[in-house]
Amino acid sequence: MADTTMTTADGIPLKVSLRKALMRQKMRALMLVAPLFFFLFITFVMPILDMLFRSVDNSIVPDILPRTVLALEEWDPDVVDVPPEAAFEAMVKDIQEGYEAKTIGRVGRRLNFENPGMSSLFRKSGRRTKKINEAPYKEALIAIDDRWGESQTWRVIKKLSPKYTASYFLQAVDMQETVDGEITWQPEEYQVYLNLFWRTLVMSGIITILTIILGYPVAYLLATLPLRTSNLLMILVLLPFWTSLLVRTTSWIALLQTQGILNDLFVLVGLVDDDDRLQMIHNQFGTIVAMTHILLPFMILPLYSVMKTIPPSYMRAARSMGANPALAFVRVYMPNTVSGVGAGSILVFILAIGYYITPALVGGRTGTFISNYIATYISGAAQNWGLAAALGIILLALVLVLYLLYDKIVGIDNMKLG
Amino acid sequence: MSLPAYAGPGETAWYYTYRAICGLIFTFLIVPIFVIIPLSFNAEPYFTFTPEMLAFDPEGYSLKWYAEFFTDTSWRNAVINSFIIAICATLISTTLGTVAALGLSQSAMPYRTAMMAMMISPMIVPLIISAAGMYFFYTRIGLGSTHLGVILAHAALGTPFVVITTTATMVGFDRSLIRASNNLGADGITTFFKVIVPLILPGVISGALFAFITSFDEVVVVLFVGSVEQRTIPWKMFSGIREEIRPTILAVATLLVCISICLLTTLELLRRRNERMRGLSPG
Repeated sequence: MADTTMTTADGIPLKVSLRKALMRQKMRALMLVAPLFFFLFITFVMPILDMLFRSVDNSIVPDILPRTVLALEEWDPDVVDVPPEAAFEAMVKDIQEGYEAKTIGRVGRRLNFENPGMSSLFRKSGRRTKKINEAPYKEALIAIDDRWGESQTWRVIKKLSPKYTASYFLQAVDMQETVDGEITWQPEEYQVYLNLFWRTLVMSGIITILTIILGYPVAYLLATLPLRTSNLLMILVLLPFWTSLLVRTTSWIALLQTQGILNDLFVLVGLVDDDDRLQMIHNQFGTIVAMTHILLPFMILPLYSVMKTIPPSYMRAARSMGANPALAFVRVYMPNTVSGVGAGSILVFILAIGYYITPALVGGRTGTFISNYIATYISGAAQNWGLAAALGIILLALVLVLYLLYDKIVGIDNMKLG
Repeated sequence: MSLPAYAGPGETAWYYTYRAICGLIFTFLIVPIFVIIPLSFNAEPYFTFTPEMLAFDPEGYSLKWYAEFFTDTSWRNAVINSFIIAICATLISTTLGTVAALGLSQSAMPYRTAMMAMMISPMIVPLIISAAGMYFFYTRIGLGSTHLGVILAHAALGTPFVVITTTATMVGFDRSLIRASNNLGADGITTFFKVIVPLILPGVISGALFAFITSFDEVVVVLFVGSVEQRTIPWKMFSGIREEIRPTILAVATLLVCISICLLTTLELLRRRNERMRGLSPG
């Protein structure tokens, strides 16, 4: 029976040959993308993964107090209040070693996040445990500080013994795990982060709404004017877009501060008294005004590109069928721009909730965002990397959800610039 | 949108009110950019107009903040750092981004959406999160507080812009030109430089400009990944505003506004060239 398979000139079946050719094309495309892929993986993705790791990492206690962690495994705080002598011996050895290696302070700081006062306990004990070299270790430790005899101290250490912890995430949403393993709300006076997330979301929402209110009319004007005029006016939108963020923030400081231009102007025209100038900066007002200005181009540009595609004949048709201009605009034009409003809003909102520089410079105490707290916990006085990482991961999750929404509405491929 | 001949008085009134509202919004957009320019010539160390300035008294004006900017060594270092970092970062991100965009725009590219999402993620992730993660990770691998660390970080932040602008130009790219070139005897490299590059150049250049300005303006990542050695212009401005606020910052800001005007003009010219080359009517 004759072979009916089609072959290429050199006798390879056509199917195989085609598959090979397609494979080659695929490989070539992948090879082109590969360098950037690996570059971004190392310079960008790994840092994010590192942060994810830090948000649950709890290796400080098990690394620096290995013997104690082991000795406490057997101890059940509900049965006996204070762990057995072996745990005290392990603790003395661990502290001595940690004091030598100068790592003991880190344990104290870590424990201090859970139970204030632990840092000083470890500082104090670090110095004095050097002299302890024989049993009974329990009495010796308690002689240094009474707190070694308290169940609470040991419970905290036992609680922080596992290598991974959810405590930073719990703290980031104002909750805590008590030493008994119960998950409860933080005491009222320590509840800050949920409020802060809420404030960040509300202020970003206000900024988004303001950019819609200010951006919509301008985009409509740009989309309906003759091209020559609208291109000229477009410069007024693009110039702020291209101007350094710090320049724009600086000029808002010059405009809004109490001895600034706007206040001077108000005093000049007699709107306010020289003695009680308006406080327009270092509060929420300052942040909202400056950020609305900074993010406005990000609303106008997507709106403009959508409005540009709406044929002017729609409005004329609506008018000719008896609608007055307002009705025609609301019933015919506006529904066509919904996708532009959606795209612009999500873009502005995503950018707003992650803002750091402007709130840091003009926000004062009441106008700061979650990002400002993340920055403080990384490099400020109250260093707490785990908490900074947990807050960052929550913020990132929030942004990713919005990003998926954006992708649904506009599609990543359709993202345009300038 | 011009006023139709049949417009009634109400419509006419609304027409002019609407224009006035738009005028106000444009004022809101542009005044903060230009208000700092006269202020930077202030003779006094204030961030507001002095009575002398308002009276156009030459005494009220001075170039001393510019002089301070050009003579101060720490500002000069900042300028040098800014340019070194921005140029190196732009070179890296433009090269990698352009090559990747060529791959991404091929129809054979597998997992295109997922790849695209990853390539532009540095643009989506809030800067503070990228900065925090980079701070943790770069310190761990010894890149913290080095020029290289800041350059790599900025290159990562700049690539999405190059990828987006270049893939956008590739959309209108006629693939038969490549076949024609091969047919006429050009090898892959010749085809790339003689046929592909001239056609996608506007996209590449505008992407590079975006990448440059991203790095040049960027302050969050520099603050975290860098140290005093990597101090850039935005860093100096940021710490200047926080600590001792001097009109030197206004002089720098004015110079930066001039730079952005130049960039904007370049981009606009590129856009027109691109449209002309594709046979679209120039704007």
